[in-house]
Amino acid sequence: MLYKRSDFPFELYFIKIREAADSDLKRISSERCLSLSLVEMRRVREHYRKLARDATDVELEMIAQIWSEHCCHKTLTGNFKDSKGKTIATKLLKNTIMKATKELNLPWCKLVFKDNAGIVDFDGKHALAFKVETHNHPSALEPFGGASTGVGGVIRDILGVWADPIANTDVLCFAPLDFPEKKIPKGIKSPPYLYNGVVAGIGAYGNNMGIPTVNGSIHFDESYLGNPLVYCGCLGLLPMGKFIKNTKPKECILLAGGRTGKDGIHGVTFASAELTETSEESSRSAVQIGDPIEEEKLKRAILRVRDEGLASAVTDLGGGGVSCAVSEMAERSGCGATVELETVPLKYPINAPWEIWVSESQERMLLSVSEANLERTLEVFEDEDVEATVIGRFNDSRQIVVLYKDTPVANLSTNFLYESPSATTVIRKPRTKFKEPNFKQPKNLGEILLKLLSLPGTASKESVIHTYDHEVKGHTVIKPLQGAFVDGPGDAAVLKPLPDSWKGVVLSNGFNPQYGKIDCYAMAASAIDEAIRNNIAVGGRRIALLDNFCWGSPNRPELAYGLVEACKACRDMSLAFKTPFISGKDSLYNESAGKPITPSLLISAVGIMPDVRKAVTMDAKKPESLIYLIGETRRELGGSSYYSLFKQLGVSVPQVNPEKAKKVFSKVTSAIDKGLLLSCHDLSEGGLGVAAAEMAFSGDMGMELDLQQLSSKERGDFLLFSESNSRFLVEVAPSKQRSFERLMKGAPFCKIGRTTKLKEFVIEKGGKVLIAEQLEKLRKTWQEPLK
Amino acid sequence: MKRICIMRVAGTNRDYDTHEILSYLGAASEVVHMNEFIRGRKSLLDYDAFIFPGGFSYGDRIRSGAIWAKQLIYKLSSDFRKIADEGRPILGICNGMQVVVEAGLIPGLRGISEYPEAAMGVNASSKFECRWVYLKNFSRGNCLFTKNIPRGAVMRVPVAHGEGRFLLPKEEENELLRTLDRNDQVVFRYCDEDGGVAEGNYPMNPNGAFSDIAGVCNPDGNVLAFMPHAEDACFSHQHPDWTRKGLKGEMAGILIFKSLLSHLK
Repeated sequence: MLYKRSDFPFELYFIKIREAADSDLKRISSERCLSLSLVEMRRVREHYRKLARDATDVELEMIAQIWSEHCCHKTLTGNFKDSKGKTIATKLLKNTIMKATKELNLPWCKLVFKDNAGIVDFDGKHALAFKVETHNHPSALEPFGGASTGVGGVIRDILGVWADPIANTDVLCFAPLDFPEKKIPKGIKSPPYLYNGVVAGIGAYGNNMGIPTVNGSIHFDESYLGNPLVYCGCLGLLPMGKFIKNTKPKECILLAGGRTGKDGIHGVTFASAELTETSEESSRSAVQIGDPIEEEKLKRAILRVRDEGLASAVTDLGGGGVSCAVSEMAERSGCGATVELETVPLKYPINAPWEIWVSESQERMLLSVSEANLERTLEVFEDEDVEATVIGRFNDSRQIVVLYKDTPVANLSTNFLYESPSATTVIRKPRTKFKEPNFKQPKNLGEILLKLLSLPGTASKESVIHTYDHEVKGHTVIKPLQGAFVDGPGDAAVLKPLPDSWKGVVLSNGFNPQYGKIDCYAMAASAIDEAIRNNIAVGGRRIALLDNFCWGSPNRPELAYGLVEACKACRDMSLAFKTPFISGKDSLYNESAGKPITPSLLISAVGIMPDVRKAVTMDAKKPESLIYLIGETRRELGGSSYYSLFKQLGVSVPQVNPEKAKKVFSKVTSAIDKGLLLSCHDLSEGGLGVAAAEMAFSGDMGMELDLQQLSSKERGDFLLFSESNSRFLVEVAPSKQRSFERLMKGAPFCKIGRTTKLKEFVIEKGGKVLIAEQLEKLRKTWQEPLK
Repeated sequence: MKRICIMRVAGTNRDYDTHEILSYLGAASEVVHMNEFIRGRKSLLDYDAFIFPGGFSYGDRIRSGAIWAKQLIYKLSSDFRKIADEGRPILGICNGMQVVVEAGLIPGLRGISEYPEAAMGVNASSKFECRWVYLKNFSRGNCLFTKNIPRGAVMRVPVAHGEGRFLLPKEEENELLRTLDRNDQVVFRYCDEDGGVAEGNYPMNPNGAFSDIAGVCNPDGNVLAFMPHAEDACFSHQHPDWTRKGLKGEMAGILIFKSLLSHLK
């Protein structure tokens, strides 16, 4: 017998781990859903042999939480070797992404990779906190609940660094909405069901909390069938000097917010398991239930506690619940803690202490508060009708002791808990040989453009954006929808968060999962370039980045190879662009029905701009202005939208040349500062053709372009639809032509046409008309698919 | 200086926006949690005007605004009646409109009604709608919140709500509408850019409100129930197309708050 039930008047099991054979260890891990490997289980056994006692279920659960992929990122922080055993990378994250930030050593980076969110300076008096999380597996099972608690969770990350959440972002990935129902494997929910539920969940939480959702995108790929991606981001603002994390022994452990229930048990270990046909049944309890109003109250109270300087530390309750929050807070300040678990307020009676200890019920925060400040702190929570309870005390022991009804049910040292395991992952370079497709330029490029505009990833997301409140707080200066009809697709959002200052924050993102099918290095580099250029396009600068890896199982060596490649790209680009990463997150094991998702790296960017009144939008403004293409167009169509129309992937994936890109970026920034640009749009999926069409129909302004200026030799379709990075399309008033051209000297740029009063979109090359379409038709085609 | 109370409860969120614009205008405004009044720490009677801001009070459970309205009636009963009866200005914005309708202040044809006599239905699109709309000022001067707004003026404001469809009892809606018109209670209607009323057309009328009504006041003109967010349309840079039109400075949304302040002077 491995398990022995205790004689206590509640449910507690002892696990005879010391005597367990390796096969028993595996059994324990799988029976209790611990998601711990054999190597990790052996370490646990070793520890209990030293302690000379049995383990309790409370303890094993706590270890599984703290050692989970979700909490300690053992794969990415670990080592990588090839199939022959040769080491390829050690401490991957630390030696790539984090190292770049360290080398850059920028004074405006205030807190990086240490806490719930990255923090950068805003205006010397305030700082910005930024974080993006994923909530993929819960959303696959229960899209509304999964997505809304994803938003709730990242907002608490921001509160967890004492910042006021001021804007949300979201990037979503689904299988195509018209995926044939008959082909959907058992146990997998249909893409439209997931899409509608996720969108509704995101909107509901942000809207209810009064936090505007200002930036995002939606992508479609068959590999997301059954495993949608839900990236939830949140930006916070905090006064400089209000960040404090300095827990001292004897201080109270204060648990505030919603009550604890059985919802969200095993959320983090669930995150490290592939989704299967039976996930719904076995893991439904892992999905939490959200209550945005509870979190709104909690937010008010936490910010009041901050402003009055009442607490010495705060952290959110996310993965692992109370167990992780208490242990983390103690460990961070070199303390220990004793928790009396029966004091945790419950939604309904729970008889097993381990369930209380690891429950991931939403809307809870943990604070450390001195005895002297306790009364006032409790008053602040009471004023907002938020329950706050002292559940224990910190001490100087470095032990985490858990009591339940006066009985010790766990006693482990923080040294053991936080000597987290690191994994060694085997990688192998994929052998797939991709080929460039060979076809003639289609006769009717107008039709091709219409098809590109109606691809769901490119098509208008207006129907979704209108269900998100992007106006609340009144600080959204550049909105997700722009132009003559307020429906054009903006490149980035600009906020003016302070009433008495024109200084702005710029939020953008970059995401190119299609490129990852060919080359993960190019995908990561392109996503970084895209996030930066979207930011630059509206007027952003001094940009900081977040990385969010969503991958299939790292136990697949070819996928693990891609991880290493992507991390290297992040390091190289970060150093070259002098753009630091300040925080990040990974979600591995995104698989469903035995198939991994395509490697997906989201790059989120936060920039600033000195004066929001200089911001530029993407809609063409005036007739008879000049249209310039800035940046180099190369024959780079691998993974492009254009090739996808022919069901081809190709191989010529867009590369990034940071030295050239930097020159382009800095010129665009100067042009914006000098007021030389009427509009500016970044080129991404669908290349020049799609970007120019969007600029024209969003501004209700005709356009005549001639590609001959760009290149007389290259094929028109390639010039139009290549997805080369680091490019912008800009509109310049004729009166500014000379100053603009003088400024651009030294960077690749080309005058390719002009805007017209006619509501027509015309593209020629060498006297031959390639495209001639009515604006209205382009606009309607673009709006129809997701209406 | 006259004191303005921006009241809030759990789930209120546009109190920040409202407070920001009133502070900009130099008004003595204060965001006060309802608990302060219920627990007797503050008195409603100490304030000269009241704003019920937007948000999702108590998660809009039961019906939007319903719980907050009942709290006002039953927990602050006599003081609440008093401020309304005395003609102190009360502005309900968005969720605040839902609250004053639920509390029986609007339409208030025979004073405060015991039960709601109008309703805020779920948007005709059955979706939450965040978008910019145009409003036309129909007030002939009765409503104090339009004192500084020229009659017939068109203003642009955002809406952001899921339950903004103002409805009157179906069987007598036309008769009631005539009464409202006669009493000069219809203050704002959804319209197009040039002031042509929406006539129910979506998305010009974003929620399907009866007779395109976006703002309606009580017979005395001191209580305004207003669905859109004027507080987020006070400055050019809050507008969706300031980069096209070269807009600068203050915009029409601010006039509602200026009207309140000139009334209080």
